[in-house]
Amino acid sequence: MSLLLHVSSWVLLSLGGAFVFIGGVGVLRMPNLYTRMHAASLTDSMGAALIIAGVMLQAGPSLAAIKLAAILLFLLLTSPTATNALASAALLAGLRPEEDTSSPEECGE
Amino acid sequence: MTVLFGVFLLTLIVITALAIVQTQHLFVAVILAGIFSLLIAVIFFLLDAADVALTEAAIGAGISTMLFLAALTLTAEYERSGSANRLLALGVVAVTTLIMIYATFDKPRLGDPAAPVQQHVAPWYLEHTPEAIGIPNVVTAVLASFRGYDTLGEVSVILTAGIGVLFLFGAKPRRQSGPQRIAPHEPGRGLRHYLIPRVVGQLLIPFILLFGLYVQFHGDYGPGGGFQAGAIVAAAFILYALLEGEAQILRVLPQRLLTGLIAGGALLYGAVGVAGILLGGSFLDYSVLAANPITGQHIGILLIEAGVGITVTGVLISVFHALAARGSV
Repeated sequence: MSLLLHVSSWVLLSLGGAFVFIGGVGVLRMPNLYTRMHAASLTDSMGAALIIAGVMLQAGPSLAAIKLAAILLFLLLTSPTATNALASAALLAGLRPEEDTSSPEECGE
Repeated sequence: MTVLFGVFLLTLIVITALAIVQTQHLFVAVILAGIFSLLIAVIFFLLDAADVALTEAAIGAGISTMLFLAALTLTAEYERSGSANRLLALGVVAVTTLIMIYATFDKPRLGDPAAPVQQHVAPWYLEHTPEAIGIPNVVTAVLASFRGYDTLGEVSVILTAGIGVLFLFGAKPRRQSGPQRIAPHEPGRGLRHYLIPRVVGQLLIPFILLFGLYVQFHGDYGPGGGFQAGAIVAAAFILYALLEGEAQILRVLPQRLLTGLIAGGALLYGAVGVAGILLGGSFLDYSVLAANPITGQHIGILLIEAGVGITVTGVLISVFHALAARGSV
């Protein structure tokens, strides 16, 4: 049972780490702001959720697990909101998604 | 493992600091400064300094980034490239660096039990806190009771800073001649037209306030206290101001009340000290506040922490108001 918990916890942690890594690569490689934000939101939502779930399995049924669940809930509420606010701020500032993708020289940056 | 993390984080801090110096874009510099504070908070946490870590995360990474951004709306977006005295600055930095590196040669190893910092007064505090103060968090005992004078000094510094900012920015704002707003909505309405941030923000504000109160009153038992709680409560109010607009928050908490809070917190702190004198003890000696000295210490710490929290909240919200009234936040 303990071995099963450990294995599943490590699987979750590695998967979460992989999502964070992919998000990081995406932020560096994506061509414009909106696609970069899409990559960064992967880190916030999937990466954080999987890592916290993995740590919760390590913590077992304790106060720490409840605190982690509260953190997860907070993250799931705030990070999509922050992404939404960022995207609407960019749209307000006049950055149009379709204009941006049409300029291939921007991809190098 | 801790050492490995420490080296990794310190390397990140150096990189962040270099990036802050390098960039000309002030917005980028402000965000990097927030990251810098967050990294320092993690290092404090690794060194088991949870109280300091909480302060750094709440004030350094949270509130000051917010205030810097508010200040940025009043200034230019890019740093002016000043060329004056580059060599002099380089010389000063180089000499200071060399002196600091030289000083590290005599530094004891990290966590060395024989180091002067572990041998001087720390053992006395650790030994006497349970019997003299009777609270589990020695940091709060040292901060609020043993070194109460120092904390009174810190509160005075915050009070003075708040008064200074109010003097500089508190004059009648000239809304008409200010910089033009880019956002389409009217001035001072906040994010009222944006449904998602509003709904989530309003959902979170009560919990942020509750957490602030927890940090305030749980400071005797765990990490926390007036400074951190003040920053968290102020953050909740500033979030409300951003979501609902300045006018709305000023209706809830008018500037006159805020000024009263700023002075009242520091006054409460001083009054606890004077009450100690009147009851036959010395200034800031809480033992005489109740029949039982330990209960007296508890009451004293509770009151002065409340004073600290009230002043910090008032100053931070006032500074935000002062900046926001001038700019277009």
